[in-house]
Amino acid sequence: MTTKGKLEMEKMVVVEGSYAVAHAVKICRPNVISAYPITPQTHIVEGLSQFIADGEISNCEYINVESEFSALSALVGSSAVGARCYSATTSQGLELMHEVLFNVSGMRLPIVMTVVNRAVSAPINIWNDHQDAISQRDTGWIQLYAEDLQEAADMTAQAFKIAEDKEVLMPAMVCMDGFILSHVYEPVVLLEQELTDEYLPTYEPLNTLDPKKPLSFGALADPNYYTEFRYLQQKAMENSLKKIEDAANEFYDVFGRYYGGLIDEYQTEDADIILMAMGSIVGTIKDTIDNLRQKGVKVGLLKVRAFRPFPAEAIRKAIKDAKVVVVLDKNISLGLNEGALFTETKSCLYNTKNRVPVVGYMIGHGGRDIRMNTIENIISEAQEVMKTGIKLESQFTDVREELL
Amino acid sequence: MKHLFVSGHRGCAGCCDAMATKFTLMGAGEDCIVVSPTGCLEVMTTPFPETSWNVPWIHSLFENAAAVASGIEAALKAMGKKGNTRVVAIGGDGATMDIGLQAISGAFERGHDFTYVCIDNEAYMNTGVQRSSGTPFNASTTTSPAGKVSFGNQRPKKNMPAIIAAHGSPYVATTSLAYGKDMIAKVKKATETPGPTYIHCHAPCTTGWGFDTSKTVEIARMAVKTGLWPLFEMEEGEITKVRKIGTPSPVEDYLKMQSRFKHLFSKEGGAEEIAKIQAIADKNIDHYGL
Ligand SMILES: Cc1ncc(C[n+]2csc(CCOP(=O)(O)OP(=O)(O)O)c2C)c(N)n1
Ligand code: SF4
Ligand SMILES: [Mg+2]
Repeated sequence: MTTKGKLEMEKMVVVEGSYAVAHAVKICRPNVISAYPITPQTHIVEGLSQFIADGEISNCEYINVESEFSALSALVGSSAVGARCYSATTSQGLELMHEVLFNVSGMRLPIVMTVVNRAVSAPINIWNDHQDAISQRDTGWIQLYAEDLQEAADMTAQAFKIAEDKEVLMPAMVCMDGFILSHVYEPVVLLEQELTDEYLPTYEPLNTLDPKKPLSFGALADPNYYTEFRYLQQKAMENSLKKIEDAANEFYDVFGRYYGGLIDEYQTEDADIILMAMGSIVGTIKDTIDNLRQKGVKVGLLKVRAFRPFPAEAIRKAIKDAKVVVVLDKNISLGLNEGALFTETKSCLYNTKNRVPVVGYMIGHGGRDIRMNTIENIISEAQEVMKTGIKLESQFTDVREELL
Repeated sequence: MKHLFVSGHRGCAGCCDAMATKFTLMGAGEDCIVVSPTGCLEVMTTPFPETSWNVPWIHSLFENAAAVASGIEAALKAMGKKGNTRVVAIGGDGATMDIGLQAISGAFERGHDFTYVCIDNEAYMNTGVQRSSGTPFNASTTTSPAGKVSFGNQRPKKNMPAIIAAHGSPYVATTSLAYGKDMIAKVKKATETPGPTYIHCHAPCTTGWGFDTSKTVEIARMAVKTGLWPLFEMEEGEITKVRKIGTPSPVEDYLKMQSRFKHLFSKEGGAEEIAKIQAIADKNIDHYGL
């Protein structure tokens, strides 16, 4: 991992992941927080509610809405008035927001939302995978995935900075794995107010709902105009590619912590096998790589931080010398039998000279534990692929045959 | 006086939504922010890049106007910008009584300082006159058509003002676009009353109800005169004012002006159905003391 900075031990406190995020939100000085409780997001909104109850967030209203649909809808209004807005949700709540997600992005409202990733029902399951966020891929939200508690908290400030940038003005999701990150206690450095104020300027909206300067938001665009709105959203996403890198670099300058920009690389330089993944699984993969490296296996990791915008350039560059690429996905497109990162990685290589074989594993559905030996098995299968080519392009991992 | 809602919009001639909106803004004044859900009003007034609105205006979705209004009010408060600015949602009967009801319930329960105005043209006009829970008993719509075995919509109108009053709203009033002064005064009172307040405006739609474009006001007045649409004010849950109607007109006079009820005059058994509608009017007259 590109560990540029060192964590300052003396500043560290042991807190739950959700607390670290709630604290980061507080330090980012939001004007309106609107959220509806759902496991495993609850500790974040409870934390924020306590901050409000203790008068610790000035110039901020917390709206106790009656649903996730209204949670995000309320923020449409708040953001249009020029407020810095925050929400948090997961799974069923995120799916309930689906229609509003498009609306927020189409109106170019830079709302930031933590998605505490969880599987989707049915069967109902409160544990972690990425199906919820991945299913919202085309709604026009920037999607960033955090590897650990510290990154999830720090990414909150980065997300506001990216989303509110005048060349972007797109909403952003900070995705963190449910329970694995949200409910774990670990030593972290909580965001400092002074440094954060230096890093994250106050939000200066381009247009607001203001009786002194009446504007109409959310007009009807007929076929003569609609395409251009979509085109400009795409341009904004493209602009955000650089802004995501900048936000990470500037964060390093101010706080001394760095987790990668669009992507991060670990032991990829000479790697024959490169694994790709998002979220907390990255930690397990790194440990596995450390073990295998000692045994001489040339394996590395490409951590994807930004899933939207999709960092095609950065990925192509990072895997250009690999002999096999293995993509791990905590989601599946049913009927395609592929995870999203796998599909998109393949597609960004097509039409290039790089003919590296790419294989996909769908893993960790509904919170199924991902062990190091599972990763090791995947890597030994990748060694086979290097020798004999692809036999199975994409597959489920750890299916319990006895239950079928 | 500055016109806050201007012509050039794409509404039908004699459009109820346009009339009721004009009155709403005359009551609310220019220091307001308006939220509209999806519906005729939104579609006809903002064909990009044009707009009829001389007040700040936002449309988000069909079912979330009250939530958007909540967010506006909360943000203004948080940023110290609330001042006297009024937040006003203006929605159709479908947006209000059906798909947006949950968001409205939430916003009223939370006590946001805003006014919700329902322009009740008694069906989903924007999508082609489909039934809503505001559609009156025996009206023919495209999804509750009169037919060989049906007299049209089988259910009476949902009592939306009572639902809002049950949320503890300090001010709830019904009005009608036939009574412009009444509507302007009630909107003014609603927007000046702190807390979540509600105006329900009866609004005949030329296209959906089937009448000549010159008759919008006349028909609205007739609804009031028959007792089918009582005009009243409720403060803190109690009815405090009712508009007396004198000698009521028979409901036939109202029904026969509109093609959505024409089957009642041609189909066998129509007279009994009209009697049922008369009973609804009689009950209103009795209940509200019209
Ligand atoms: C979620 C959703 N469902 C359905 C629609 C389609 N739709 C748009 S406007 C409308 C009816 C509006 O009716 P009403 O609120 O009574 O307003 P009116 O047009 O009659 O003034 C419908 C069904 C939509 N836009 N969104
Ligand atoms: S259909 Fe009715 S509500 Fe819609 S624009 Fe025409 S008159 Fe107005
Ligand atoms: Mg209607």
